[in-house]
Amino acid sequence: MTKASQFPPFDAEPKAPQLRQSSGFPAQSPPQRQIFSVGMTGLAFLLGGVALLPLGAILAEIVRQGLAHFSGEVLVSLPAPVGMTGVANGFANAILGTLIMVGIAALLSIPLGVIAAVFLTEFGQDMRLLQVIRFMVVVLSGVPSIVVGVFVYGMIVLATKQFSALAGSVALAVIMLPIIILATESALNLVPLSQRMAAAALGANRMQTTLWVVITAALPGITTGVLLAIARAAGETAPLIFTALFSQNWPEGLNSPTPSLSVLIYNYANSPFIEQNDMAWTAALVLLGLVLTINILARLVMRHRIPLR
Amino acid sequence: MANSFKTELQGVRFGLDTGFTWLARASAMVPVVLLVAIGWVIGQQAWPAMQAFGLSFLWGQDWDVGAALFGALPYIYGTLVSAAIALLLAVPVGLSVAILTTESFLPTWVREPVAFLVELIAAIPSVIVGLWGIFVLIPFLMPMQTWLFDHWRWVPLFSTEPYGPGMLTAGVILAIMILPTLAALGRDVLLALPPELRMAAMAVGATRWETIAHVNLPAASAGILGAVTLGLGRALGETMAVTMVIGNSPQISASLLDLGYTIPAVLANQFAEAVDELHLGALMYLALVLFLLTLAVNVVAVLMVRAVGMQTP
Repeated sequence: MTKASQFPPFDAEPKAPQLRQSSGFPAQSPPQRQIFSVGMTGLAFLLGGVALLPLGAILAEIVRQGLAHFSGEVLVSLPAPVGMTGVANGFANAILGTLIMVGIAALLSIPLGVIAAVFLTEFGQDMRLLQVIRFMVVVLSGVPSIVVGVFVYGMIVLATKQFSALAGSVALAVIMLPIIILATESALNLVPLSQRMAAAALGANRMQTTLWVVITAALPGITTGVLLAIARAAGETAPLIFTALFSQNWPEGLNSPTPSLSVLIYNYANSPFIEQNDMAWTAALVLLGLVLTINILARLVMRHRIPLR
Repeated sequence: MANSFKTELQGVRFGLDTGFTWLARASAMVPVVLLVAIGWVIGQQAWPAMQAFGLSFLWGQDWDVGAALFGALPYIYGTLVSAAIALLLAVPVGLSVAILTTESFLPTWVREPVAFLVELIAAIPSVIVGLWGIFVLIPFLMPMQTWLFDHWRWVPLFSTEPYGPGMLTAGVILAIMILPTLAALGRDVLLALPPELRMAAMAVGATRWETIAHVNLPAASAGILGAVTLGLGRALGETMAVTMVIGNSPQISASLLDLGYTIPAVLANQFAEAVDELHLGALMYLALVLFLLTLAVNVVAVLMVRAVGMQTP
């Protein structure tokens, strides 16, 4: 068969309309097509506006309600008993608890995650094994955070017979780990092969190449991933409510129930007392400020990355 | 002398290098071990309930802690229905955002901030969305729910008097929370389409929307379906915001205005207080069902997204 025979001859005048009919573009009259175009554009803009509505509404409401009761006092005082007036009221213990647990979770998950990603991009040679691990990491990142909480409850809380900051930290670390691995992996993949070869040519072994050349070059990308993981962990509630539980007092070491901002918001939002509802908004303002600051910082780090190539 | 110093140094360096390689290998196994351990630990704890109820747990409708009678159906029903409402609401909106931010309706300096702002919703902690849901969204949706009940109560979907919290409210909250996933992934898929497709469609006289409807969206359908499935996985496991607005009442009602309950919500509410072995076992059993459900959904989603990645160069 010659190639030319696949195309209709040029003088196939009667066939042309049929071709248009069957090609997926029905021959419509121009007004219908115009209505479709304008209508769809309008619909898309309408729905796009709807998408931005909740973000605006949430941010506006939290700033409005949160600022109404915000003062320096809430950042340094313990929760006051309900009904007592004239006593300093705040949630400093919850802020401290969140910082402690996110801090320990970061200490656990950052080194582990970065080194695991190094294996995936630098050392692993068995492609099938690498694919399986990568797949597992992606699946792990999709495990609901409440299930992670149940897992840590079964593993640590039942074993130690105690709700503790340590259990909460482990739960947060499990949630952070896949985020850090995936972000580090894509950052390491961006480092050009020539840099690794140059390091090897200078006599560096694999550890030296990885630590001093590859990871250093990928540091902005890794930092972004780590910051996003920290922001995510700071806002998590579900894995904490039955691992770290809550407490009205200052954190008393790693082996006792520990308050956190997110659990405080949950408890106070469901509270029948209006003062506690108000305090939930103020705590939400503090937590959201923290989380969004880390998030935007993470994206700025990425934007000002030194070009690698 | 110099020579022996050098070999010694190399020996130390070699040992370090080997150790580092093994450390990396061991670390890479941690996620795999964790995933297996999650299933194993939860399964082990759920064993008493599995022995007591077997598979009939899945279609049992009673949940009575005092009588030690546990059935999961109302929770499974609530989880699936609230996620379905969320998808129905979020897919058109998410697709619109994906189309608006990949087409040239708007200049780039508007498009990129819009895409960023929609993705920022994902950064808001779920408990804060729930707080907003209780005090802002429920009062906001209440007139609409009352109107639905007043005018459409002959439709089974709207046949009960609205309380404020309930299945529909939970669906709306979930839709807001999975919107960023759909918008961001949909945008990625549309951006990955080869530009020749659009050029060819335009060249045969298609308008912009004809190109989108007949060429771009069908070509991207596998990836978009993957994005929707990932969104579904998120919606099934979402806990705090849903717990705060669904009403937490274990019942199966055809009406979307009625109260409901989901698996994550019952775990959040009852776990810390569960002392009875069978109660704890039943909760663990529920967690196992949720884990396997989200696992299946996520595996399908990842495979779908990956299949698309293979197609596009």
